[in-house]
Amino acid sequence: MTALSTKPTDMETSNLTNIDSKSAESKYKMIAENVTVSYDGIDAVKNVTMKFKEKSVTALIGPSGCGKTTFLRCLNRMHDMTKNAKVTGKVMIDDIDLYSKDIDPIYHRRKVGMVFQKPNPFPTMSIFDNVTAGLRLNGIRDKRILDEIVEDSLKMAYLWDEVKNDLKKSAIELSGGQQQRLCIARALAIQPEVLLMDEPASALDPIATQKIEETITELKKDYAIIIVTHNMQQAIRVSDYTGFMYLGDLIEFRETKKLFTDPKDELTAKYVQGHFG
Amino acid sequence: MSSIQNRRQEYRSLFKQNVAKRLLVDKIVRIIVFSCVIIAIIPLGSILVEVFKNGITAISIEFLTDTPGSVGSGEGGIGPAIQGTLIIIGLSSLIGVPIGVMSGIFLSEYGDNKLAKSVRFFNDVFMEFPSIILGIFAFLIIVLVLGHFSVWAGAFALSLIMFPIVARTTEESLKMVPTTYREAGTALGLTKWIITFRIVISAAKSGMVTGILLSVSRIGGETAPLIMTILGSSQFFSSMDTPMDALPLRIWRLSLLPYDSAQLQGWGAALVLIMIILGINLGIRYYFANKKKYFLQKFD
Repeated sequence: MTALSTKPTDMETSNLTNIDSKSAESKYKMIAENVTVSYDGIDAVKNVTMKFKEKSVTALIGPSGCGKTTFLRCLNRMHDMTKNAKVTGKVMIDDIDLYSKDIDPIYHRRKVGMVFQKPNPFPTMSIFDNVTAGLRLNGIRDKRILDEIVEDSLKMAYLWDEVKNDLKKSAIELSGGQQQRLCIARALAIQPEVLLMDEPASALDPIATQKIEETITELKKDYAIIIVTHNMQQAIRVSDYTGFMYLGDLIEFRETKKLFTDPKDELTAKYVQGHFG
Repeated sequence: MSSIQNRRQEYRSLFKQNVAKRLLVDKIVRIIVFSCVIIAIIPLGSILVEVFKNGITAISIEFLTDTPGSVGSGEGGIGPAIQGTLIIIGLSSLIGVPIGVMSGIFLSEYGDNKLAKSVRFFNDVFMEFPSIILGIFAFLIIVLVLGHFSVWAGAFALSLIMFPIVARTTEESLKMVPTTYREAGTALGLTKWIITFRIVISAAKSGMVTGILLSVSRIGGETAPLIMTILGSSQFFSSMDTPMDALPLRIWRLSLLPYDSAQLQGWGAALVLIMIILGINLGIRYYFANKKKYFLQKFD
């Protein structure tokens, strides 16, 4: 029980420095500093600081209710929509604080794409219209550009070959796995720099999951990806860095291989060995 | 000492008791449910049959297009009433639908505050208001002020009946749209009004249309507020500032006359009113059924 109450602040900082020194040459795309989220005064995420590198995948793992999704949603100010949620701290993308008062979240959200747990393509739109929704509804109407972006985005999401002849088909006629890849394409179409994924494969079968994972590995070449997952094997397969959260605290944050083979914290060790979940 | 296995056997045997009785109860409930439906349908069906049987004999081209003849002559038609009903439904919808839809959007999308709570409360009260009171209200603030009966006053009174219905059904339909679509729109960097008008509304369209049609049907048959505002007339529409006829008014007048021929015309007018409302309903539904080709209402 003592392990559960450990406040791992020192550990956290030293881990961060580890990553820092490891590859100082690659730049941080996004930095979350002292982020705390509370719902009706109860903290769901407690003072979390994390740095996310360009062209890398960071996984957030932890048992249900540990605050990983809540934290992820801070990174593009999704909590603005929830009335009783309060966020403090900083989220820097490049050198801009998303939570600064003189920032328009609508504009800056476009730098951060998001894929949700359950596929949520817009039900009244075709495949083409779904991919281009973020562009068309923001006033981009040039057919040539839209066509190019649709093809590029669907190819990046590994969906192009399956749908290239049915772009006018309704999005909800696609299978669950295809819908999720469509949602990835829709997120990519607005040309974000960071991609947030909230358990993107949890509602999918193993084959669809594998396709999504291939997509993530491919997208890593261009994006900083932050993925919340329940599945530790998935974290091992796709991520470069992993953060383990428990009851709102970030317990340990290191390179994935090291976190899983040589966890520094007793609690992390217990979790990755499957003693609780 | 009974082991857990033995107890489990005992529990299982409990389920074997009273099987026949439970199946019988199930059957009886089913019979009651079906009987109630039939009891509810009989008056509805017989009204329709009666209206159709009596009304169809009155209907002719002249009946649909002529002005009313002299009282009790059995001549003339209900042309002005048909024209007036179409005008008054159109005008009321022009006022009531946009206000109702916007209020519904406010209640659903911006409605997490005290103002919305009170609006919602008054809206619900308003929906139950006796329509004659709305007629008197329109009479007081428009007819008395202007000094003459007015088509505007009628449209105003009917739009007051319409907008709470439209607001409520719009709110309910928008709330049915899962939050995940709003979140997806937010994550794409869209503004709230674009998310509301281009994503949420298009997913909620069929429910909203149902609400609007419901309100159109409701005002199509309203009589009391029209007595106070447009009065009724035997002439075709001439201006917004003079009395106008409408089908419910005409039906009411004809049915009060002590002549068989007039009452027959009343049946005819009732049939025409039902047909108009049915036509508007089917027409608009057909239009939207063709338009919403992607929307299969598959929310889970």
